[in-house]
Amino acid sequence: MLSIDNLHVSVEDTEIIKGLSLKINIGEVHAIMGRNGSGKSTLASVVMGHPAYQITSGSIIFKGKPLEDLEVFERARAGMFLSFQYPSSIPGVQVGTFLRKSVAAVRGENAPSAREFRKELKVHMEALEMDKSFLSRYVNDGFSGGEKKRLEILQMLLLNPTLALLDETDSGLDIDALRVVSEGINSITPTAGCLLITHYQRLLEHVKPDYVHVMIDGKIVKTGGPELAIELESKGYDWLEA
Amino acid sequence: MTGDSAREAVGDYRYGFHDPENATIRFDKGLSEQVVRDISELKGEPQWMTDVRVKAYHRFMDMPMPNWGNCDMLNQIDFDAVTYFLRSSDGTERDWDEVPEDIKNTFDRLGIPEAEQKWLGGVTAQYESEAVYHSIREDLEEQGVLFLDMDSGLKEYPEIVKKYFGTVIPASDNKFSALNTAVWSGGSFIYIPKGVHVEMPVQAYFRINAKNMGQFERTLIIADEGSSIHYVEGCTAPSYSTESLHSAVVELIAMDGAKIRYSTVQNWSANVYNLVTKRGVAHANATIEWVDGNIGSKLTMKYPAVLLKGEGSHAEVISVAYAGKGQHQDAGAKVHHLAPNTTSNILSKSIAKNGGRSSYRGMLQVTPKAHGCRSKVVCDALMLDPESQSDTYPTMEVGNSTADLEHEASVSKVSNDQLFYLMSRGHSEEEAMGLIVNGFFEPFTRELPMEYAVELNRLLELEMEGSIG
Repeated sequence: MLSIDNLHVSVEDTEIIKGLSLKINIGEVHAIMGRNGSGKSTLASVVMGHPAYQITSGSIIFKGKPLEDLEVFERARAGMFLSFQYPSSIPGVQVGTFLRKSVAAVRGENAPSAREFRKELKVHMEALEMDKSFLSRYVNDGFSGGEKKRLEILQMLLLNPTLALLDETDSGLDIDALRVVSEGINSITPTAGCLLITHYQRLLEHVKPDYVHVMIDGKIVKTGGPELAIELESKGYDWLEA
Repeated sequence: MTGDSAREAVGDYRYGFHDPENATIRFDKGLSEQVVRDISELKGEPQWMTDVRVKAYHRFMDMPMPNWGNCDMLNQIDFDAVTYFLRSSDGTERDWDEVPEDIKNTFDRLGIPEAEQKWLGGVTAQYESEAVYHSIREDLEEQGVLFLDMDSGLKEYPEIVKKYFGTVIPASDNKFSALNTAVWSGGSFIYIPKGVHVEMPVQAYFRINAKNMGQFERTLIIADEGSSIHYVEGCTAPSYSTESLHSAVVELIAMDGAKIRYSTVQNWSANVYNLVTKRGVAHANATIEWVDGNIGSKLTMKYPAVLLKGEGSHAEVISVAYAGKGQHQDAGAKVHHLAPNTTSNILSKSIAKNGGRSSYRGMLQVTPKAHGCRSKVVCDALMLDPESQSDTYPTMEVGNSTADLEHEASVSKVSNDQLFYLMSRGHSEEEAMGLIVNGFFEPFTRELPMEYAVELNRLLELEMEGSIG
């Protein structure tokens, strides 16, 4: 479904991703681990189409189409979702309105009726232990870190993507929040491919990855199973550096 | 993009259709003392009103153009090219059946009949210079509320009109209030008796439909002791390529303990000069609220004002302005704290796009004897591109040291991160801009009746379309 081949990415003449290849199929959970500055978050932003990044060579194919042909919103409508590490606030726009409009935009003809939408919303919000009062607040405006992450996962559940990119969704979450967020992620993985970007092994105790990739200096230097995450937890990254 | 040149020609205006002019009486262009006398005579006005008009005419001729705002645009106004009076149907009707068919047709396209079915507290639909349709719901009549077009108000309640007309905004206030006083036609006259609360918002629609047709409506609202009303005025005007002048005067009088809220959304087409004087007087413990939205027009100069004359009175001015290509919105608020323990809140939000210019011009005055006053002024500007302009001209005159004043101002830009976030949720760049802009105006929009809020949001979304990238 997603196929990245020998990708090179620069921002303002500085190369950040230096020849990265990765394939993700539906039903697979891939975790990318690495230190700050290794290019993990850039990878997620590039796949979603952030305009600040230039793809200098290589390719990204999503559902058989080269991604360069698709604008950010078209990628979203094609089934791609990015859970942001730092979601933007949109003052004056209520969460309820935002969710309804986003579901209509992404799901298009298959968008639920107003009634079905409210039903879906209720189910997901209960699962994420979110209070109804969320809906009348402004998008991410004055939200705590944990509230922002819950709202990201709520959007993911409603938009029902085939590729979910989760950028440090676990950071800033307490144990309870980590549990409900993980349950949310697990609920979509049967029908979606999932790329988890994380520093820590603790998310991977709740969301079992099929593959763990280690990213150093813009490249994947090692790929393994869940055991690799545990090994990293105890040994760090130094042993993988050339 | 196809249709661009056509949109350019009509000023990129959604409601840019117009019915054939169907004027039965129309004056030649240009203004003279005789035109002013003729208007008064044709309306069958009492002598005192004729005198008021003639005196105001001479004021207008003597007064200079304002030397602030946008002088270049102001000086382009050709007063000789304006028609100062036009009556489009015979008299004023209350029954919808009697409204001429082509006028109804226009209203249909603006959705006015539905609005009435739903929840109108009474409608004045102003077509050209006079109200052609005027209905008062029975419950308003039963409560003793007087709601007429201004011409009928003068005929039926001359003693009330004579007592209050021009007391809040004298003809000599400024050049355009003088002009309005000389040639006014239409507008609303409302009197709410003591202790009566009008629960439903009362609405009026104003439009310009004739080429070079000036609109000089005159509105007077008097809320007697302890009464309350919410008056809503919405404007949508068909477009023409020649300049049009809209110069209204609105006077509000809130007696002790009364409350008046006056809401406006103006969306004049891009050739209209919208030069309006709005002012209210609040007596003891009274409240006056201006909710004022300026989306259209070529040049708007409008600063809703409140004179806090009675102890404990309160003023609220919430305004938004949107300036697109070729537009200058020079808007703001004026509050005069003339009595002790008076309070005011001013919130102004403006957006400039495609080289448009939005200016906040504000005046906050606290007189020496007005002790214990509180005021908060917040002005926020949002720039959508580097070509556009935003400026702020706040003036404060504080005459005593007991006043508690706050002033906040900000200018912000739409960030790439906000756009990327919204686009990653399936919204095109234009849709994302629409969401951000609607969010920015939300503190204003939430004060409007629901259907105005919905329409305003739609208008802003349309404004964001087709002009990005």
